[in-house]
Amino acid sequence: MSAFGHFSYWITMFLLAAGLYIVIARGHLVKKLVGLSIFQTSVYLLYIAPGKLVGGTAPIISDKFTVYSNPLPHVLILTAIVVGIATLALGLALVVRIREAYGSAEEDEILAQDERAARDARAT
Amino acid sequence: MMAVVTVAIAVQGNLFAVVVLGSIYSFLMATALVALDAVDVAMTEASVGAGISTVLLLGALHLVRGEEQKPRGRPWLPLAASVVMAGVLVYGTFGLPGFSDAGAPIHQHVVPRYLNDAVRETGVPNVVTAVLASYRGYDTLGETTVVFTAGAGVIALLRRRRRDRRDGDVR
Repeated sequence: MSAFGHFSYWITMFLLAAGLYIVIARGHLVKKLVGLSIFQTSVYLLYIAPGKLVGGTAPIISDKFTVYSNPLPHVLILTAIVVGIATLALGLALVVRIREAYGSAEEDEILAQDERAARDARAT
Repeated sequence: MMAVVTVAIAVQGNLFAVVVLGSIYSFLMATALVALDAVDVAMTEASVGAGISTVLLLGALHLVRGEEQKPRGRPWLPLAASVVMAGVLVYGTFGLPGFSDAGAPIHQHVVPRYLNDAVRETGVPNVVTAVLASYRGYDTLGETTVVFTAGAGVIALLRRRRRDRRDGDVR
């Protein structure tokens, strides 16, 4: 039971690591943002999973039930989801601007252009 | 299943497929949240995560016009970093209480009061709503501030672009 009892955490950690890997390893900025949202959803799971009680029900008070899951993480994560979509929208707007300024949304090409510009500035 | 979709997102090069897989991922996450009794969060995740964010990503993809991403070499260093971080975190989970442990600290502090008194104090049977709108109303006010700021930022970024284009036309 003790090994299985931490299974939900391990799923969370796997999603966290996968999101981090996508953010670091993938070059396209839109894909980086998808990775960032995976990272975020793993945090939702990290908060929600400990609040669950087996045999409990959703925290809507009724005479028929006595055991409820923990409502506080649900509230915090509701806020986190909405803030997450706001930051995603802002990030995508930045990506669109970067694409217009550099003509590319690939990290390599943007860095190469920056280096070229810095070298030119030093040469003149 | 969620793990499979995540790996597919990581290896998939076609960005349109990545966005669609991201939507599937959000629906799976919403299903998992229903199983964890978090019905309000699941509803929000299904509408916001699978709905609005997919629309935003597709819109951005249309503006960026980058359907295919280039394959990258040398993925080993980020992979190693991620695996090491996951290993450290899994080691850390052994110090946490197990799944569905009623004696865990998370169930001891303010939550019994919310569950016992929320109906009497706020008149709302759904405790999540009661906490969100009443006990932690200032949190929700802060959240709307964040959303407003983000919306203002998006408008500022995208409006400048349209004006630049119009100036370019004049010249």
